[in-house]
Amino acid sequence: MTPDTAPALSIRSLDVTFGPFRALQDVSLDIRTGEAFGLVGESGSGKSTLLRAVAGLAPTTAGSIRMGAETLKPGKRSRAFHSRVQMVFQDPFGSLHPRQTIDRQLLEPLAIHGIGDGERRILKALDEVGLGAGFRFRYPHQLSGGQRQRVAIARALILEPSILLLDEPTSALDASVQAEVLNLLEQVRRDRKLTFVMVTHDLGVVTHICERLAVMRGGQVVETVTSADLIAGKVSAGYTRDLMRASEGFRRH
Amino acid sequence: MTPLLQVEDLRVSYATRTGLVEAVRGVSFTLGRERLGIVGESGSGKSQTGRAIMGLTPPQAQISAKTLRFGDIDLLTAPPKLRRNLRGGRIAMVLQDPKYSLNPVMTIGRQIVETLRTHARVSRAEARQRALEMLAAVQIRDPERVFDLHPHEVSGGMGQRVMIAMMLVANPELLIADEPTSALDVTVQLEVLSILDRLVGERGMGLIFVSHDLRLVSSFCDRVLVMYAGRVVEEIAASDLSRAKHPYTRGLLDCVPTLGTHRHPLPVLDRKPEWRL
Repeated sequence: MTPDTAPALSIRSLDVTFGPFRALQDVSLDIRTGEAFGLVGESGSGKSTLLRAVAGLAPTTAGSIRMGAETLKPGKRSRAFHSRVQMVFQDPFGSLHPRQTIDRQLLEPLAIHGIGDGERRILKALDEVGLGAGFRFRYPHQLSGGQRQRVAIARALILEPSILLLDEPTSALDASVQAEVLNLLEQVRRDRKLTFVMVTHDLGVVTHICERLAVMRGGQVVETVTSADLIAGKVSAGYTRDLMRASEGFRRH
Repeated sequence: MTPLLQVEDLRVSYATRTGLVEAVRGVSFTLGRERLGIVGESGSGKSQTGRAIMGLTPPQAQISAKTLRFGDIDLLTAPPKLRRNLRGGRIAMVLQDPKYSLNPVMTIGRQIVETLRTHARVSRAEARQRALEMLAAVQIRDPERVFDLHPHEVSGGMGQRVMIAMMLVANPELLIADEPTSALDVTVQLEVLSILDRLVGERGMGLIFVSHDLRLVSSFCDRVLVMYAGRVVEEIAASDLSRAKHPYTRGLLDCVPTLGTHRHPLPVLDRKPEWRL
């Protein structure tokens, strides 16, 4: 395998349990460097849990996660890990500190990692997500949902990671604002050659952003398909077909 | 025959520190026994319109209208007691998130029975019977068991069906559904919609369906009002949606990624100041 095609993330037989409940059962996936990979499924399918397990936010009880050549140890992730992997959460109202200015929130990751040059980096990050310096000293409540999600993306990008974990980044937004944020995500991915792992329940969104996707149900991967095959209807699992039918919208019988 | 609901020049405004904010600015429509969709982005005034009809606008807001009539009742001058009787009785409302809109410390059965007995003189036994029938009508498999559960013991989709059951048990003539399926999974969404669709059809109710999802609304309703900045910018028959004229409606339709279309980047709305006028 050449270094270029070595997987960015390699997940093998991963189990996550919460008490008696197995949220993930024997999940194995390879996510290639530079690709955008989608995780699709209904609530409780384990798609968010898988993302959180990669970020070290869910208790893994079996299996392994490799990032490049390094096997990640269970439990708390290292600082080096966080400078390479960052996460954007679903709810832009809950994921920003309500009493800190945007400036302060963007400074925090830099301070934790002991990176200087904050001023320039913050301005650059704000510019990159299309907000501009005027937003720097505002508070989250002064921003709209879409603007907050841009701040969350700026905060994830400020450490210059190579992998971005996206947990339903647009499902709390209006359709028109969703389009803007999706365009932004595509652009930063192109500019920085990022690897995306994106959780969503919207097949339209996932096939728009991602090249490949895994359909999950009940803590297991039902199937892994390319977006092109999904669009062409070349899927093997009945459940994937059910999801596709559901995404076509309501039909009167 | 008088229409079920007449709304003419409805305005809802809030006094804030920075002056009067008009959330709804002159909305007019009439509703028969049909399905009407109201679509728009957050802040377009769609929910405020629904709430004003329901009588749930907070007291600090100012409401004015040339006409706001439900059947023969003038809602603008109706005393609070009459509004209370209408609410949940002849006009009902399904809200977005069952997690927050059901009473968490009361069993599902008691909540449905309470709604019914507030609006109809029925015995305890009959109320229980009708609540069970209603739970069965929203396709809950084991109504007897669900009757005694608390809201946290059921899933989101089931909670939403419970809310629909509760809203329909008193046989309302008008149902206002404010984003009834936005908090649900795609697969469950369709199930809940088809239940709502069947019940509205069978009972001959008027329905106002408020949502930000233009495609969903147009597949469900007969007629759609598109709102922007507190005004109706376009009214269109759902079947004519592909011939929508207003750039805002067209923009809302265009900006959603769908299976099998390749558009990079996605078209975004270019909000024109003259749309506000």
